[in-house]
Amino acid sequence: MYVATKGGERAIDAAHDWLAEERRGDPSVPELSIAQIREQMRLAVNRVMAEGSLYDPDLAALAIKQARGDLIEAIFLIRAYRTTLPRFGASLPVETDAMAITRRISATFKDVPGGQVLGPTFDYTHRLLDFKLAAEGEAPEAARKPADDTPAPHVLALLDRDGLMEPLEMSDAEPGDLTREPLEMPADRPLRLQALTRGDEGFVLSMAYSTQRGYGRTHAFVGELRIGTCAVEMEIPELGFSVEIGEVELSECETVNQFTGSKTEPPQFTRGYGLVFGQNERKSISMSLVDRSLRWEELGEDDTGAPAQDAEFVLYHCDNIQATGFLEHIKLPHYVDFQSELELIRRLRKAAGADMQEAAE
Amino acid sequence: MSDLSGGFTQAPQQSARAFRAVLEAMARPGRVQVLDGAAPPAPLSPAAGAVLLTLVDQSTRLYLAPSHDTPEIRHWIAFHCGAPLTEADAADFALGTWEALQPVARFAIGTPDYPDRSATLIVECDALAPANARLTGPGIETEALAHLPETSAFVANHASFPLGFDCLFTAQDQVLGLPRSTEVEAI
Amino acid sequence: MTDHAYNFAYLDEATKRMIRRAILKGIAVPGYQVPFASREMPMPYGWGTGGVQVTAACLTPEDTLKVIDQGADDTTNAVSIRKFFERTGGVETTTHTSEASVIQTRHRIPEEPLREGQILVYQVPIPEPLRFLEPRESETRKMHALEEYGLMHVKLYEDIARHGEISTSYAYPVNVEGRYVMDPSPIPKFDNPKLGGNPAIQLFGAGREQRIYALPPFTEVVSLDFEDHPFQASKADHDCDLCGCATSYLDEVITDDRGGRMFVCSDTDFCESRRSAGHRGRLSPEEMA
Repeated sequence: MYVATKGGERAIDAAHDWLAEERRGDPSVPELSIAQIREQMRLAVNRVMAEGSLYDPDLAALAIKQARGDLIEAIFLIRAYRTTLPRFGASLPVETDAMAITRRISATFKDVPGGQVLGPTFDYTHRLLDFKLAAEGEAPEAARKPADDTPAPHVLALLDRDGLMEPLEMSDAEPGDLTREPLEMPADRPLRLQALTRGDEGFVLSMAYSTQRGYGRTHAFVGELRIGTCAVEMEIPELGFSVEIGEVELSECETVNQFTGSKTEPPQFTRGYGLVFGQNERKSISMSLVDRSLRWEELGEDDTGAPAQDAEFVLYHCDNIQATGFLEHIKLPHYVDFQSELELIRRLRKAAGADMQEAAE
Repeated sequence: MSDLSGGFTQAPQQSARAFRAVLEAMARPGRVQVLDGAAPPAPLSPAAGAVLLTLVDQSTRLYLAPSHDTPEIRHWIAFHCGAPLTEADAADFALGTWEALQPVARFAIGTPDYPDRSATLIVECDALAPANARLTGPGIETEALAHLPETSAFVANHASFPLGFDCLFTAQDQVLGLPRSTEVEAI
Repeated sequence: MTDHAYNFAYLDEATKRMIRRAILKGIAVPGYQVPFASREMPMPYGWGTGGVQVTAACLTPEDTLKVIDQGADDTTNAVSIRKFFERTGGVETTTHTSEASVIQTRHRIPEEPLREGQILVYQVPIPEPLRFLEPRESETRKMHALEEYGLMHVKLYEDIARHGEISTSYAYPVNVEGRYVMDPSPIPKFDNPKLGGNPAIQLFGAGREQRIYALPPFTEVVSLDFEDHPFQASKADHDCDLCGCATSYLDEVITDDRGGRMFVCSDTDFCESRRSAGHRGRLSPEEMA
């Protein structure tokens, strides 16, 4: 005898309990602390902050712990928390020129004022599993040199001086806010950049990669990649001046793109821009490539039909929280719609069967 | 000093109830709803005050017609809603008597792509009776009767559907809705 | 118990005002999809975030809420959403359609006719009825603006040419007040006739796609069809095996691995009410005993 399934609520509670037990894993293994995740899983924390659009390493670490290391789930937790926070105001634009640099490289010049700084990078590590890390207790220390106060101006600004770069469009206009207004097409560059910086790293990476393989090629060089901390300042109307309210780690990438001119623009170098929370260079480089690719229209380039040129395609599909939610929703019950399909297919088959029989006779 | 009392004391609950009254008003054109809980400075009616508290804030531009452009009302709105004041043609919401809101042709009616980018007029009235117009359209089973300040302007407004402005008529603690979808006929 | 860590009905007041403004625009232009700045909710996109936001913007402390998924009150996602509002809104909940003032639904319209004073909130995955014909938002927006619905009619007519009938069985497109073509959400086309002339307010929320639309009471809603192929609401050709109802929408349940089937009302509240009123079906326990 069939009885309609009851006790959905009990099933949900039991599932949550089971999840909590699995999250902890073997209790004889020490539990991870938030500080451990924050310090030792820093690049995961950075990704969660970037795609969660919330700069808070402790909360990101907590989210990673709660999500059992599923970073998209962790990003989701941060996003849902972020929307409940009150807004006190907006900071002044961050001056990345004044960044306290930990890593800075230019692929376009052998040396640049302020110097190249390799910083803590995987770049030249040989990807050999380091079994020493399996043992505990290491606290390696790198050699230090005294702080260097030499200014490190943006490399692209140096090309600007020669008039070879497309001029930067300066504006004091208030940029739109993707999280407060529905995304509409055509989206201007500030909105596109917002979507990309919180877009899924894998998606943005693949889009950027596709431009390199010829789907909307933009001939990009990394003019400069800089990573470090920047002061965040806010104007306090009651005080009449701005105060520093904290600092954030940022990865900024500017690409220099060869451009032989178009119907509307002279030959010059053009630029793509990427800016992401934390040390997150793969994402910032990817972002700058996709940004450049999306600028085809304003630069008078041809639409080659490449996916990375299609703003509507890129912007409506780069958000992994939207994507994963909708993708996974197909596991929810759909038996009402499926029933209507069942009935339709049966009816069509019956009609087709009758037709075929008629034809045979 | 202006009196800044008269807002909602329990904003989440009161604005929820007020919204439901406004929703019912807009969804059933011609049917008067009770809308109380606000005690704004005169000549702003309690109903219009509640509409403002429920729908208007920093993100909406408000036009105050001369009938309602007083320092007290400005202060009250600045304190309780924080809505930036604007000119008629740029307004998301406009507040005033029907006469003071003229000419209504200057209010936004949306665009074919975005008919929602239109103004909502909060029209202060002495009373919402006696009926002088017959209403038909969405929200009305057969027909409804209502008191409107005139009919020709609403006939013209409906003619540009799906573009058009929408109206909330307020008097004391009463509100009556007239969306652009309603067909209006004088009786 | 209300969770006081969050605002009444979870959303902050500014967000509710934004959603309320969008709902009113939707009411004023029936069938038109109003863009709104959907917020990230503590549940995944695609799981009813649009419906939840619309419900949150409508709920008053006096409301009685019913939540159904596939017509049933006890499906896990319906349970989860109901719990969310019990926790953040402290509202009364019910499984009885007649007792509810706000009903949030996924994929069904209750069998029991709705009445004035009720609000039916639909969860909508893809609000754009033209989306599967034209993926670009910029294009479909133009088509709605110009009332250019030829593509949709061509698609439906191709169906008839190929299959002898329109092969859309759910999310069947409708025309609202002779103006906008609207997606009624993935309800079976069996439910389409209840969309029009309904005394309740019907609101549609699509969170991920950032759209809200509405049908005021007694709105004219017509399922798209052709003179020689009129729209037909259809259901499985059976009676409910539990309550015997011959006119309700049915779920098909596989009862064994030898082709055994039974059909039961998808609307669990409707079916239970009928059974407690003494109605019996083919497989009711009493009949089997």
